[in-house]
Amino acid sequence: MKKSKKLMCLALSAAFAVSALAGCGNSGKGSSSEPTYKIGAIGPVTGSAGAYGEAVKKGAQLAADEINANGGINGAKIEFKFEDDENDAEKAVNAYNTLKDWGMQMLMGTVTSAPCIAVESEAANDNMFLLTPSGTAVDCISGSNAFRVCFSDPAQGTKSAEYISENNIATKVACIYDSSDPYSSGIYQNFAAAAPDKGMEVVAAEAFTADSKTDFKVQLQKVKDSGAELVFLPIYYTEAALLLQQAKDINFSPIFFGCDGLDGLLDVENFDASLAEGVMLLTPFAADAEDEKTQQFVKAYSEKYNEAAPIQFAADAYDAIYTIKAAAEEAGTKADMSNSDLCDALVAAMPKITVEGVTGTITWAEDGEPDKEPKAVKIESGAYVAL
Amino acid sequence: MTVMKNTIKNMKKSTKSNLITYGMVIVAYIIVQIFSTTGNLSSMMQGLLVPLCIYVIAAVSLNLVVGFSGELSLGHAGFMCIGAYVSAFFSSCVGDALPGPLRFLFAILIGAAVAGIFGILIGIPVLRLRGDYLAIVTLAFGEIIKNLMNVLYIGIDGSGLHIQASDGGALVLDAGGKVIVNGALGITGTPKDSTFTIGVIIILITLFIVQNLVNSRSGRAIMAIRDNRIAAESIGINITKYKLMAFSISAALAGVAGVLYSHNLATLTVKKFDYNTSIMILVFVVLGGIGNIRGSIIAAVILTALPELLRGLSDYRMLIYAIVLVAMMLFNWAPAAISWRERMKEKIAERRKHQTKEAA
Repeated sequence: MKKSKKLMCLALSAAFAVSALAGCGNSGKGSSSEPTYKIGAIGPVTGSAGAYGEAVKKGAQLAADEINANGGINGAKIEFKFEDDENDAEKAVNAYNTLKDWGMQMLMGTVTSAPCIAVESEAANDNMFLLTPSGTAVDCISGSNAFRVCFSDPAQGTKSAEYISENNIATKVACIYDSSDPYSSGIYQNFAAAAPDKGMEVVAAEAFTADSKTDFKVQLQKVKDSGAELVFLPIYYTEAALLLQQAKDINFSPIFFGCDGLDGLLDVENFDASLAEGVMLLTPFAADAEDEKTQQFVKAYSEKYNEAAPIQFAADAYDAIYTIKAAAEEAGTKADMSNSDLCDALVAAMPKITVEGVTGTITWAEDGEPDKEPKAVKIESGAYVAL
Repeated sequence: MTVMKNTIKNMKKSTKSNLITYGMVIVAYIIVQIFSTTGNLSSMMQGLLVPLCIYVIAAVSLNLVVGFSGELSLGHAGFMCIGAYVSAFFSSCVGDALPGPLRFLFAILIGAAVAGIFGILIGIPVLRLRGDYLAIVTLAFGEIIKNLMNVLYIGIDGSGLHIQASDGGALVLDAGGKVIVNGALGITGTPKDSTFTIGVIIILITLFIVQNLVNSRSGRAIMAIRDNRIAAESIGINITKYKLMAFSISAALAGVAGVLYSHNLATLTVKKFDYNTSIMILVFVVLGGIGNIRGSIIAAVILTALPELLRGLSDYRMLIYAIVLVAMMLFNWAPAAISWRERMKEKIAERRKHQTKEAA
């Protein structure tokens, strides 16, 4: 009996060790004796959220390399270092401290919301400039030192509701969201709060959790029975791909409307793009957009990393690095300034700058929230078409 | 001096072993304090100190169940979660109405009490099961706690507490009200009261509780049940009582670890307390030796610090970590490795004997 228990312990420990294993990537950097801007970044590159951190890492690295090739910021090169946080608040703080030991002057991160809140409170103590590319929770930028590139949860939820009602897309709407994910439930809450004011009725709100995100038949059936014309999906594209397939299986074809998390849907492996036909999403970035800036970025990204197209996380990170550059140039900073002096200078400069990025033309309010126009796109014959 | 030597010599073996454990913790604390006051401690190490305390407490408390009570519990993170949430909720509610240290003291006591009560509640039905069945049920308990906390929304305003399950939008609060527990986003803005010193004090208290329990009459009863349930029952030991005692004390101590966790970070989400965390704590216990408290402490420290120290390897970090873990398990517990270690020990002892002989 006891022996079998020990064996079980060992087997479970081995399972744990294996589950701790995850993907790899590449990062190259050089150091020189001249003063450089040390930009640290934190995000998950292992674990279930690994794809997002990986995209941010690549997007930011691309921007840093481009800036360095064109002479750097105010004449000084950028050193970029990315640390893994496994999408865990505690590990994110460890990563932050590791970067501090490295000599980080500015932080581009973190990628996900909950770790970002933990790191922000440390960064506020140290007066370290923080610019999160994709931390959407309101508290991610609670300090005066923090800014963000993406829309916040409330902004996405309310903007989606506004867009649907202003364009008379539907009046009876249903939501399917991930209640265990702060991003998803955050958007849902704000959407549900804004919908009645916009003349919409939320007829069904069905949740799933991270432990059961492969079978949506029950939720879809309930939504179908509720007679919704539009299904709002504040979820990520991996789940959405499965959900769309299952919706087709039960012959349910309402209008699907998503947020920036749906971007990347068309690049899911083995996904039948015809299923996504007519899906609408409100996103600041679309890899198929016609403008020159986006096309250049997509081309450079896919050439450098040999991938089909960057997802929105990569675009946010790319813009974040250029934002730091713009703010540093506006403030006329020097690379040998301390992180606290740099932070004061950058915070003062942020509301004054306008960044023409791949996620739109962005300006910042003093509270750190970005102001940019969401682009509504619709998927038509396997491609994003701007509405 | 000779008196002291004699007292040490006459000391019971268990007392000596306990004192070594306390001493180890205190020496580690003093070394860290020396490094930190001389400014030689990196930010990374400073940030790691409180998490180290948290996992040491969690590992020691789990060892009480796994090692001494002989039951495999896979829901330890669930008790941590309860302690963390309850105490963070308390601290957020109280805010600045109480001075920091007093508030934290209450938070610790409340976290321990509530986790302990849950330990009893879970323990009563669950401890009727044995072996693998208990493992499965505790695993389920951890998942239930996780999913419950995930859909819990609690807000506070002038008219009191508002509780909602599954939909935060339904929380209607007066102006000036605030949402404390926000579903998947958890609790944010908990005051950061956890410090290394408090962590070490709690480790010492944990050790005091666990070691004294193990060497007491109750502790011997607990171990008797582990070693032979039927024999223990036949001499009149109340099996349910003693098992429940070990289980609920372990739960309460895990709750304290949770309190330290929630007061160390500005954010508390339930995702942290999943199956993986329970298993990780179990790994500390297994690697350190089931029933070996000192081993649990050392294993918890090494395995918590290792992934951070390996950051220099960047992409290969988790790969190396896993390999090191497997290697350490083998070195510590594979029969071949154990006999090899024994042989080496004998060899060294022989050589020493030889040397002393030659010297004489």
